[in-house]
Amino acid sequence: MFYREAGQFRTSYAQDSQIFPLRQDRIGIAILLIAAVMLPFVTNNYWLSAILIPWLVLSLVALGQNILMGYAGQLSLGSAGFMAVGAFACYNLILRIEGIPFVIAVALSGVCAALVGIVFGLPSLRIRGLYLAVATLASQFFIVWALDKFPWFKNYDPAGVITAQPIIMFGHNFASPREKYWVVLAIVAVLALLAKNMARGSVGRGWMAVRDMDVAAEVMGLSLLRTKLQAFAISSFYCGVGGALFAFAYLQTVEPSAFGIDLSFRILFMVIIGGLGTIMGSFLGAGFILLMPIFLNIFFHTVFGKSVDATITSALEQVIFGAIIIMFLIFEPLGFARLWQLTKERLRLWPFRH
Amino acid sequence: MMRDTILRRAMPGIFALAAAFAVGGASSTAMAQEQEQYFGIPSSRVGPYSAMGTGYYGGIIDYLNYVNMKFGGVNGVKLTYDECETEYNAARTVECYQRLLNKGDQKMVVFDTLGTPGAYAVIGRMATDNVVLAQYGYGRTDAADGRVWPWVFNAAGHYWGQIAVKMNFMAQKEGGVDKMKGKTIVHLHIDTAYGREPIPAMREIAKEWGVKLIEIAVPPPGLEQQSQWLQIRREKADWVTFWGAGSGMNSTAITTAARVGFPREKMMYVTFGGAEEDMIPAGDAAKGTYVAANAAPGKFPLIQDIEKVVYGAGKGNMQNPQRVGTVYYNRGVGAAVMWVEALKNAQRIHNKTGKTVTGPEFRDGYEALDITDDKLKEIGILGMSAPFKMSCAKHDGSERFRMMQWDGTKFVLLTDWVPAPNPAFIRKLIEDSAEKYAKENNLPVRQCS
Repeated sequence: MFYREAGQFRTSYAQDSQIFPLRQDRIGIAILLIAAVMLPFVTNNYWLSAILIPWLVLSLVALGQNILMGYAGQLSLGSAGFMAVGAFACYNLILRIEGIPFVIAVALSGVCAALVGIVFGLPSLRIRGLYLAVATLASQFFIVWALDKFPWFKNYDPAGVITAQPIIMFGHNFASPREKYWVVLAIVAVLALLAKNMARGSVGRGWMAVRDMDVAAEVMGLSLLRTKLQAFAISSFYCGVGGALFAFAYLQTVEPSAFGIDLSFRILFMVIIGGLGTIMGSFLGAGFILLMPIFLNIFFHTVFGKSVDATITSALEQVIFGAIIIMFLIFEPLGFARLWQLTKERLRLWPFRH
Repeated sequence: MMRDTILRRAMPGIFALAAAFAVGGASSTAMAQEQEQYFGIPSSRVGPYSAMGTGYYGGIIDYLNYVNMKFGGVNGVKLTYDECETEYNAARTVECYQRLLNKGDQKMVVFDTLGTPGAYAVIGRMATDNVVLAQYGYGRTDAADGRVWPWVFNAAGHYWGQIAVKMNFMAQKEGGVDKMKGKTIVHLHIDTAYGREPIPAMREIAKEWGVKLIEIAVPPPGLEQQSQWLQIRREKADWVTFWGAGSGMNSTAITTAARVGFPREKMMYVTFGGAEEDMIPAGDAAKGTYVAANAAPGKFPLIQDIEKVVYGAGKGNMQNPQRVGTVYYNRGVGAAVMWVEALKNAQRIHNKTGKTVTGPEFRDGYEALDITDDKLKEIGILGMSAPFKMSCAKHDGSERFRMMQWDGTKFVLLTDWVPAPNPAFIRKLIEDSAEKYAKENNLPVRQCS
């Protein structure tokens, strides 16, 4: 009834090619953005620093993984490694360059991760599919090993951890969870918008062509070398920025093993559950994988309290989490993004279905 | 198509329910009619480190309940707690820390992650949030310098003191420090900050003694150590100090050592890898392994009383009551004893006897801990925990450990509490490291005395 496009005419190419052609979508996204900005005024620090910040950051990383895996079709397992590059690059940039603004340091650490990503993306020209996943696994192990091996990266800290410096921009220290949230939100919003535009522009079409059939793409004049490495670079850039934010806005004290293979797998699951090849799916998938275990833990502790052995409930949480994932993949293998899309399609017809 | 539709129809409902519970859970408020002191318990009950988590946090919870049941709380203040599952994961620990921080109008006063990764992840938040980080025998060592780290404590010893005690024990076995010259020690450790923690102190001592120190890292989770043990064999190591985590890794080390023929009587386990749960899976191969203990296993009078009062009433937290009195359990009880003693101190110092104390008050109480032999005897844990005294500058508790050896079925305590041979030396290392950290991070250095 409300979500209909009747009466909305597009009279120019610009109108036809805008991100949200439907007026309702534009209004919705504006409300969402305003709500996101205003959120710190109504929530407490727990929500900001334990839920929203890690969710936004991991969404960004999932977005990076989605560019590579969902759009360009290159199965990769090294995203946590690239996050580590971003985190440690950001630490070193701020440490070694006097007065560098945080945003610049984050952008540069993304560039560092992109360079590393290009190097590890080179095998993708020769190998595909699962074999590529195994090859990118090497990047994961190599990066964490290198960060552990060479103490220079950690400024010779005896325990091998780095303590993220305060986030300083324009002479202001963004110390409170609220301010950190805004910084993260701004960076994630800009990068998500960029990703959306890349995905629906010629760049994204190139990726999708390579994904669907690389021989055909090459015949049509796409350079496989350029397209694949571009996907690796951009994906690693997103992971690197995400890693820097993960360290600086969330964990604060980081050791390389925080970016282990576990995290890579979790990011992979986020993308699969969220929906391959969608921007929205990255956010939904990250939310699910990150928040579902927390929600189950809170749920069990509030419902059963101390009447049931916590060891049993902790184990049950994992069982249920696994069961939900399996069920979800059976009923909706295309992920949350598909569910969202179907909901929108139904809304267009509601309440008068065919 | 039918079932798809059903699921899709149900989805909004499921999400709404989920959101409702999440909101309800996060903002659940407790009505405090009587005076209560709230503790946050970030337990780790699943995953590779579950043996540690269930024993340790079970011990803590049992002791809190014991104090409530036996004495009606601390001067009438009931002890309450909330649990949160961290899965021994740094990111989840941060989430748990934030979740546990406030409960209704009460605020958490002490946090104990039972794990170096978790401790490192929250250590920077303590000063701003006014919460005490009680690292009971783990965590960041240079936090023992109270001038730089007013909110962090290292009761029950730290890893630098522990490695010094161990190396001293080796020297004793070899017949004196002068006999150590030319010997080879392998530090076999899990490749994390926790595994590397003792290395700075170890290097210094090795240099002084003329010992060849070889550091070999095992990538987590450390279930495959064949190549590392072959290397140990090749290097003809005289001793191995093993710094593992999780019973899988710890028992694997023993079985692999047995396979390559390295004598278990030359292996020294870290406090967090040396418990019954780590030895039993390795079977007979574990016999002879040395372990350092900051909380000795055994049925000490307090433990017996907990069995009687708490388990007798069917309120025990351990799923398997047989584990009461084991290493991890006793360590948890020891940690909780310090909380309660600190709470008593805080109430006394701030004239709040019978009232809830705040974070800063609890911190003062923890810093005023003076655990003497008499005190330990009164509590009923003489011999289980070492006596110690904290001060403004000195935030490490006892630097003493007991050495024990696995006889195939249980631990045999070999020594009484052994101090580090040269405490001033370790102290110097701690202060240097803390000062370096304070300088790098522009932290204020407190004036003590």
